[in-house]
Formats: sequence, structure tokens, C-alpha cells
Amino acid sequence: MLLSNALNLAATMAGLSASSGDEFEPPTIGEFFPQAILFPNTIFEMNRIMMIRILIMVLLLVIFSLWTSKFRKAYKNQQFVPSRFQLMGEISLNFVRKSIAHEQLGEKDGDRFLPLLATTFFIVLGMNITGIIPSLNISGTSVIGLPIVLAAAAYFTFIYAGIKKHGGHFFKLALIPDGVPKVFLPLVFLIELLSTFILRPVTLALRLTMNMVAGHLLLVLCFSATQFFFFSPLAEGFTKAFGAGTFLFGFVFTLFEILVAFLQAYVFTLLATVYIQLALADEH
Amino acid sequence: MISRIIHTEAEVAPNILLPAPADLFWSTVVFVILLAFFWFRVLPNFKKTLDARTDAIEGRLAEAERISAEAAKQTAAMASAQEDSRAEAAAVREQARAEGVAIIAELKEQANAEAARITATAKAQIEAERQAALVSLRAEVGTLAIDLASKVVGASLQNDKVATNVVNDFLADLEGGKQK
Repeated sequence: MLLSNALNLAATMAGLSASSGDEFEPPTIGEFFPQAILFPNTIFEMNRIMMIRILIMVLLLVIFSLWTSKFRKAYKNQQFVPSRFQLMGEISLNFVRKSIAHEQLGEKDGDRFLPLLATTFFIVLGMNITGIIPSLNISGTSVIGLPIVLAAAAYFTFIYAGIKKHGGHFFKLALIPDGVPKVFLPLVFLIELLSTFILRPVTLALRLTMNMVAGHLLLVLCFSATQFFFFSPLAEGFTKAFGAGTFLFGFVFTLFEILVAFLQAYVFTLLATVYIQLALADEH
Repeated sequence: MISRIIHTEAEVAPNILLPAPADLFWSTVVFVILLAFFWFRVLPNFKKTLDARTDAIEGRLAEAERISAEAAKQTAAMASAQEDSRAEAAAVREQARAEGVAIIAELKEQANAEAARITATAKAQIEAERQAALVSLRAEVGTLAIDLASKVVGASLQNDKVATNVVNDFLADLEGGKQK
């Protein structure tokens, strides 16, 4: 309560000081569109955030390559007691495989769609977590391109799953549920069309992006306010104490962002799985 | 400062809901590479290892089950062998006891027979000696009686024929008296 009061005050003061032409810089949308570093104004334009994505991709490739080579070695030597490092890989992959895929889809279909689900989960998790890594400080998923690509992959996958299972009948199952009075059919049809084929991918992408954008803006706000209160010549005497408050708030929110990073990765993957499960189901 | 920000915003006009082409491009690159990596490299090896482990564990369980069944069978066999040998021992003991009884009976019989035989021999011997004693006694007693009678009766009884009759009568009386 005290903290949020302090933050409100800080924000007010920030607004005041900004309008009077002061040093305080509130975070803007521009945060998510940093300057180009390579190939400006081409489709290959590379900026900080794209580099963070490449970095995370390389990290994922390295870590999972190490784990894979452990798996291969264990298989080759018929060594069935995993080392601690190998066990970490197994726990990570089994989280997606058992807790998400098998739980929702059963073993057979779960394994069938596991490549997409595992890739989605680890990309989202890896890209989210960069939001709180010092010197990276922004999520790879806070720019909407990547969430759109992932949501589109989930979208086409569940449509593929439905058509593969039910053929053209899939759209009838999805859009015209059984047991609806004929009068309401057009309405239900529209609602189903909107929710299943339009809102699902859009909400998937937006939920992830907005979580990361909001988290980033909040952290920037907290820490730039801390900077302002501690070092600006305008902030004197007891106002410096607000700096401690905003710093603490920023610290707590950093911890919270770790939770959000995991949670959003889990939610995104789980929803993609549920959509596939619904497409495979015989009735809606 | 604000004017600079507004200026930049107006210049670039970024919309956080609209992806830039480069944004989509790099996202797709990252996604495709990682998807292929997970699909064809990580997950097959992961599954292979887990499956092999499951097989191994199941194999070991089956092996353990087989071994324990075998052990149970051996235990049962051992128990039945023990039971057999116990029964055999009991039979042997029983037979030995029976044989012992038979042997004792036989020995007793032998001893009885021996005793009977000894008794019979002794009786026969005693009888024979008694006969012998009787014969010799008879002869001696006859002579003694004749001597005595000749002394008592004198010459009148010198006739052998009468004497012999007298003696025989006497002896017959003697025997009859003894038998009474």
C-alpha cells in the first residue's frame, strides 16, 4: 500500500518534472523499437531485440545439444541411471511431455504434437526470461513478431489436427455444435467462427506480448524513477527516500517477472495443446 | 525531451500490434531452426533414451520375478525333499524297531529251546543213572538178602530154587511197599 502510494507519487512527480523539462525520462513504446544495428530498412534489419532472439536461440541450441548428446551416450552405453545434468534435461522436457502434452492429448497424440509444443515452450520461456537478465533487459517476446509466429504455428497445427482427424467434417463440428436450436444457429455459427478461428490465435499472441510489454515498462518505470530520485538535482531531502521505495518495488517486480516468464510460457503452450485437443475431440 | 520522443514517435509511428517485416523474418528463422532442432534431433534421442530405460526397468522386473519364482520353486522342492527324507527316516526307524522285536523274540525262543533241551538231557541222564543205580542196587540187595536169609534160615533153605522164589517174592513185596 505504502509502496503503491509512493509509486503513484513518483509517477505524478515524474509527469510534473517532465512537463517542466526535467531529466526524468518515462519509458515509451520506443523501447520496443530500438535502432537498427545491421541491414537497416531491409527485411534482415537487425536490432537489439532481434540479436537477443538470436542469442537465446543459440543458447537453446547449445544447452539442448549438450542434453541430447547425454541422451545419446546414455542410450549407446545402456546407462540407465541419468547424471544430474542429464536429469535436468529430462525434467525440463518431461514437463512439456508429461504435464502438458500427455495430460491433455494422451500419450500417442501428445508425442505426435510434442515437437511443436516443446519448441513453443522453450522459445517462449527463453525469450521471456531475457526481460530480467541484466544487460539484455528486454524480452524477445515483447515485440509482437515472435508471438505472432508462434500463435500462427499453433493455429495451423490445430486446424491441421482437426482436418486430419475429421476431414472437412471438422469445420462443421467446430462451427455448428450439436443440440443447438435452429433459430440460434446463425448466431452460434458467428460466435464459434469468431472465437475459434479468429480470437484464439489473436489472444494467444496478444496475451504474451502484452504481458512482456507491461512487465518491461513497469520495470523501466521503477528503475528510472529510482535513478531520478537518487541522482537528479531536483530531488532533494526526503524525496530521495522515494528512490528506495521505487527500487524495492522494482526488485519485487523483477522476481514477479520471473514467475510471469514461466507462467506465460506454460499458459501459451497449454492453450496451444488445448486447442489441438479440442480439434481432435469428437464433440465440442 | 518530450518533444524529441513525440518527434521520434511521429517519425517511426511504431505500432506494437503490427509486426515489422524484419521482426517476422527473424522470428520465423528462430522458430523454424528450433522446431527442426527439437523435432529431428532432441526429441527422438530423448524418447529413445526414455524408452530404453523403461524397457530395461521392465526387463529387470521380469528377471527379478523369474528369479523369485525359481527360488520359490527351489524352496518347495527342498521342503518336499526334506519331507521325503523325514518319512524315509521314520520308515527306517519303524523297520529297525520291528526287526529288533523279531530278533529279541527269536533269541528268547532259542534260549527257551536251549533251556528245554538242557532240561531234557538232564532228566534223561538222571533217569539213566537212577536205572543204573536201581539195577546195581537190586543185584546187591538180592545178594544181601540171600546172605541174610541163609544166615537166618540156615541149611533148610539151601535149595536154590526155593531160595530164589523167596527172594523174588521179598523183592516184589519190597517194590510194592515202596510204590505204596
